[in-house]
Amino acid sequence: MKGTEACAEAAIKAGCRYFFGYPITPQNEVASYMSKRMPEVSGVYLQGESELASINMVMGASAAGARAMTSSSSPGISLMQEGISYMVGCQLPGVIVNFVRGGPGLGGIGPAQSDYLQATKGGGHGDYNLVVLGPSSIQELVDLMKDAFEIADRYRNPVLILADGIIGQMMEAVQFKFEIDPTGLPDKTWALDGAKGRTKRLINSLDLVPERLEQHNWNLQAKFAQAAQTEVRWEEFLLDDAETVLVCFGTVARIAKKAIENARQKGIKVGMIRPISLWPFPQTPFQKVMAGAKRFLVVEMNAGQMLQDVRLAVCCQRPIRFSGKPGGTTFNPEMIEKLIWDLEEEGSR
Amino acid sequence: MSTQTYRPLYQRPRSLSPVRNSYCPGCHHGIIHRLLAELIDELQIQERAVIVAPVGCSVLAYNFFEIDAIQAAHGRAPAVATGIKRVHPEMVVITYQGDGDLAAIGTAEIVHAANRGERITTVFVNNANFGMTGGQMAPTTLIGQKTETTPEGRDPLRNGFPIRVAEMIASLTGPAYVARVAVYTPPLVAKARNSIKKALLAQIEGRGFGFVEILSTCPTNWGLTPLQATKWLEENMVPYYPLAEFVGGPQA
Repeated sequence: MKGTEACAEAAIKAGCRYFFGYPITPQNEVASYMSKRMPEVSGVYLQGESELASINMVMGASAAGARAMTSSSSPGISLMQEGISYMVGCQLPGVIVNFVRGGPGLGGIGPAQSDYLQATKGGGHGDYNLVVLGPSSIQELVDLMKDAFEIADRYRNPVLILADGIIGQMMEAVQFKFEIDPTGLPDKTWALDGAKGRTKRLINSLDLVPERLEQHNWNLQAKFAQAAQTEVRWEEFLLDDAETVLVCFGTVARIAKKAIENARQKGIKVGMIRPISLWPFPQTPFQKVMAGAKRFLVVEMNAGQMLQDVRLAVCCQRPIRFSGKPGGTTFNPEMIEKLIWDLEEEGSR
Repeated sequence: MSTQTYRPLYQRPRSLSPVRNSYCPGCHHGIIHRLLAELIDELQIQERAVIVAPVGCSVLAYNFFEIDAIQAAHGRAPAVATGIKRVHPEMVVITYQGDGDLAAIGTAEIVHAANRGERITTVFVNNANFGMTGGQMAPTTLIGQKTETTPEGRDPLRNGFPIRVAEMIASLTGPAYVARVAVYTPPLVAKARNSIKKALLAQIEGRGFGFVEILSTCPTNWGLTPLQATKWLEENMVPYYPLAEFVGGPQA
């Protein structure tokens, strides 16, 4: 399946019955797939008049108790930041998929990872974080869609899938190992479904009493702290004896694996930490490899965004080299292998 | 002596919360809130109604109705309402919005919700300025009207012209009921009540989008007493914003 279509089917199989979106390349197949599939499962596909409207429709559907989602690409995600911030303040779940393209501005339609900081450091106004998941294959995208809806419901907070144009546009075989019936999900005791036999419910992000707003924000922070403990995910690739440790996510990590395998065949001790949850950023694998690691190499399709988190994790204990592509072009395994060799030669000098 | 039974003729509607509201003296929001609450009672929809509050003077509207409520971002109430309605088609979803919220930042959301014939009801309170933020020019501010941001009066060469929102909405095919009313005399209050009822029924009966624009005073920001404000509304707003049923009226 194509990545965008697999993403849509995975959402349906994760119990999502409400999709709202606005056309933007390179993810338009999500919407066209949803427009065919949602009626078959008694769900709703609705094309909003903008990304602003779409995210607010997600907010309304979520407030009504449903699993709801939208997908878009970078410029559209920028427009959605208002709604995402409101959903966080209102403690509403929801899933947002960003098939990142090059920016800033209209940028291009080639794949990029240049929305990493926007995704992982909040994005909209206010003190908050989203759990951000970065798949590096279509199968992983499928599996993470299910996790995304569950994490969103668990914390009553939006979850963002940070994919890129390559994940969206390539095709590979996938397996759907889950099928969730939304009618079987636990009742949401906060959802708006009419004040019948109960007092009215209010979903709101406004509090004009500063002390109460502060308490609300500390309550949100407690959720984020909990999520930071339990939702952290990463992959360790050939790290046991690694002296050069690559740190890559998403599509770049997949390309890097080939480069690492090639370099390993030539005797270089190289491995990779692949953060899967981009927020919370995994700290543990850095502590694990620090004793054996001589250097880190961060490769991203941007000008150095995850690099900031790697610097915090490495904490000046080892040198960090960065290589980036911020315009919508990608690496190939040979390019990354050359980066590994260059570091190796510098190290032995 | 025979036992006399008394029937209450006037009391607080069940759907109107027994709390003090946040509106200025002489502002018409209070009257409009009461009408909406009376109709929620009369139509027996309290247990399946939800109100989407805007950003503006009525930002706290969720505190004043005894029904489920959500507070939307500035202008986005019709989109939030759409999401709720699509999940719960049996619910009665009401957006309550001012002219800053609906006619400025939320123009896209209201036009497209109306155009989709979304089965929701919008109560649109037009007081010709941004009240909450201290009386700045709104799209509905009249030509020559002085506001915080049009100190010499609204100049159409610089600021364009007041938007007649009800007529704009009425030009679409999706709405089932569109009217403009006012509440500055008792007979007009009765008419306004009737219009809000029709807009709710359009939704309840699944016929389409219902929209009622209500001309309202803003004595605080207009710098007038409540009575002067009423007179100003009648003499200035009503000629430019005619009171009428544009869609779904008797002759339609």
